[in-house]
Amino acid sequence: MDKLRLRFSKTGRAVYISHLDLMRTMQRVFSRAGVPLKYSEGFNPHAKISLILPLSVGTASLCEYMDFALTEDRDLAALPAALNPYMPEGIEALEAYEAPGKGAELRWLRLAGVMKGGRDAAFYRDFFARSSIPAEHRAKRGMRTDDIAPSIKMARFTDIDGGAEAELILHAQEPTVSPELMMTALGEDAPAYFRFTRLEAYREDMTPFR
Amino acid sequence: MNEKIDALLRQVQRPARYVGGEYNQVVKDKADVDVRFAFCFPDTYEIGMSNLGMKILYGVLNDMPGVWCERVFAPWGDMADRLRQEHIPLWALESGDPLEDFDIIAFSLGYEMAYTTVLDMLDMGHIPLRAKDRPGLEHLVMAGGGCICNIEPMADFFDLCFLGEGEDVDREAVELYRRAKAEGWTKERYLREAARIEGVYVPSLYDISYNAGGTVAAITPKDGAPAKVRKRIVEDFDGCYYPTRPVVPSTEIVHDRVSLEVFRGCIRGCRFCQAGHTNRPVRSRSPETLLRLGKETLENAGYQELNLSSLSTSDYRGLSELCDGLLDYCRPRGISLSLPSLRADNFSMDIMQRVQQVRKSGLTFAPEAGTQRLRDVINKNVTEEDLLNSCRIAFEGGWNNVKLYFMLGLPTETDEDVLGIAELAKKVFWTWKQHAANKSRGVRITVSTSEFIPKPHTPFQWEAQISREEYLRRVDLLTDALSRTKSVTYNWHDAEMSLVEAALARGDRRVGAVIEDVWRRGGRLESWSEYFRLDRWLEAFPACGLDIDFYGTRERPVDELLPWEHMDCAVSRRHLERERERAYEGVLTPDCRAGCAGCGAASLLKEGVCRG
Repeated sequence: MDKLRLRFSKTGRAVYISHLDLMRTMQRVFSRAGVPLKYSEGFNPHAKISLILPLSVGTASLCEYMDFALTEDRDLAALPAALNPYMPEGIEALEAYEAPGKGAELRWLRLAGVMKGGRDAAFYRDFFARSSIPAEHRAKRGMRTDDIAPSIKMARFTDIDGGAEAELILHAQEPTVSPELMMTALGEDAPAYFRFTRLEAYREDMTPFR
Repeated sequence: MNEKIDALLRQVQRPARYVGGEYNQVVKDKADVDVRFAFCFPDTYEIGMSNLGMKILYGVLNDMPGVWCERVFAPWGDMADRLRQEHIPLWALESGDPLEDFDIIAFSLGYEMAYTTVLDMLDMGHIPLRAKDRPGLEHLVMAGGGCICNIEPMADFFDLCFLGEGEDVDREAVELYRRAKAEGWTKERYLREAARIEGVYVPSLYDISYNAGGTVAAITPKDGAPAKVRKRIVEDFDGCYYPTRPVVPSTEIVHDRVSLEVFRGCIRGCRFCQAGHTNRPVRSRSPETLLRLGKETLENAGYQELNLSSLSTSDYRGLSELCDGLLDYCRPRGISLSLPSLRADNFSMDIMQRVQQVRKSGLTFAPEAGTQRLRDVINKNVTEEDLLNSCRIAFEGGWNNVKLYFMLGLPTETDEDVLGIAELAKKVFWTWKQHAANKSRGVRITVSTSEFIPKPHTPFQWEAQISREEYLRRVDLLTDALSRTKSVTYNWHDAEMSLVEAALARGDRRVGAVIEDVWRRGGRLESWSEYFRLDRWLEAFPACGLDIDFYGTRERPVDELLPWEHMDCAVSRRHLERERERAYEGVLTPDCRAGCAGCGAASLLKEGVCRG
């Protein structure tokens, strides 16, 4: 079975598992569950899996997607329940299905989080309401500054004890804008501590990504 | 994770190693637990999680109802600094609770360079370092592992140590602790009672006195402690516990694979080798048992690699049968099978070819010495012909990557022996030229040398270590001799660490002050070159009124009372003395299967006969 997709969440202690480590972990989960992943041919075979959108260490997610292929037919509806007993703490398979389209169709992400030890909600609101927001990031050739304003569809902030709560809709691929990049744009006004969770993924036209 | 800890984890490298939550970790309800056991590994997560002994004892202890064993590792420098700045005590991975919440804090010690890390972990856990500063029954600090055969340098820090294999004795000591806790015993009473368990060493029950020259004058047991602590073994190794449900790390570690222990002990009697002498007698698992355990573990863990581990896996009698069985299972699943360094003498083309079918790695041989004379001295029963023959088979089979390990500074070594290493490497190169299946790919021959370190409980325990200057001179000699052979790469380990390791390996109780002093000067994770600093040790020895050369480069007379003489690893002193004499005569001692040398280890078995 080719072109399959798994939606899963990554929360709690699992947020510290890096992208590469997650790939390895997922392979082992499938292996433990006796669900045979398809392997590439060649001298150093590797499992045919791909995580659609790498997740930063420390960010939680309720909407992670992994594309994979199996060597045999499986009841996809029953797959999450078959995998979950073999997951490390904090990773939960939610849904498995035949991918309706390419992973590149995932364009927007809705996130929620807290920002502490910085400014208040009003400051962040004004800051991210500007028509141009330059942010420096690491690119293929050294550091590059981009305007991230067009990639922020929504940025709502509310005051909480010690900081602000945020709800964001950010462009996820081409270009990618992450909460980290937004914090970088804040410069000296960046909060000392922030933590975000990906809540939902959308296509370019804001219809839900599946 | 609360915000304070979460914030900290975001600032350090590889935070996944500090949070637990891995598949197969054991979590118990604290309401059902009466003994909390912190299994501390005095090195990083990546090293500790690769350790088979830790996996075994984690399983054994957690199989005991009412006992919850959790894992604690040494944080890397960035994390350790942040924890100290924030005054956050070191925690155990499963519960996230600080060390202070544990009844027993136990360390696994396989390497002397970990000693300062033990002190650092205790300190990070807010536990007093010295046993005498921990008056109560809580926070009992224990240790086990290969280093216990001379744990004198750490004796003042530990309440209780385990000599030999831990499967049974750990359980017995924990059961006794449970009773002591329920009945409200004093720590002294618990330690006195525990000292009656075979394999338990309570350092505080032994008084050590010294001669004017600094050598040990007497080791005097008190309060009914045995004059000699006898090592424990698991006699029925085939039926012995094996961790078929290991904790599977969610982040990459050093040996991220199933490690299947085929046998314990070693039939070889290499005279420099401590493990080969302290793990006797040989006890094996049957191929059927291994096959079952291997499959079960692979299924439970989901690993893609299985390693057959032991001190000398090519000596395993059922190796061929075992490899066949494992390959039948592994091949269709893309699981690779690996063998540790092979002996050149009984190396079989057959097994090598079968194993390489899944994935091919380099080949490693350890001739240890460059000439036959010196190999006979150390009882390394490998001839040049064996080695070259094995290499020929390997090259014909398509291998083009061979690693050769040697030691410099072995007893009686001359410049001729050092140059013999270069000669041997060149012969390996010529063998490749004559027999390579495909010469266009070239060949990589790597020669590595490390400095010989005399270790307790070996026939060389009395020997002097050569000085660092002399080691470097021999390194230069070999570098020069190899410089004209371009297919041979020479790596040598610096002697700085060996100097300290030698002093700690054969140290006495007074060396404890040096270890503490080095730790206070910032020493931790010292087996890592990033953190090791020789000058701290060279300052600490004289600061404590001791001389590092007294422990390292001094040859000890055979009639000297050695600091570890109350540790009985079942190989008799007489055997070690005899083996040392044979070394000087250059006489080989056959392996245990070819003929029993009467080392004494068979006395640990009920029938008094070892089956090799």
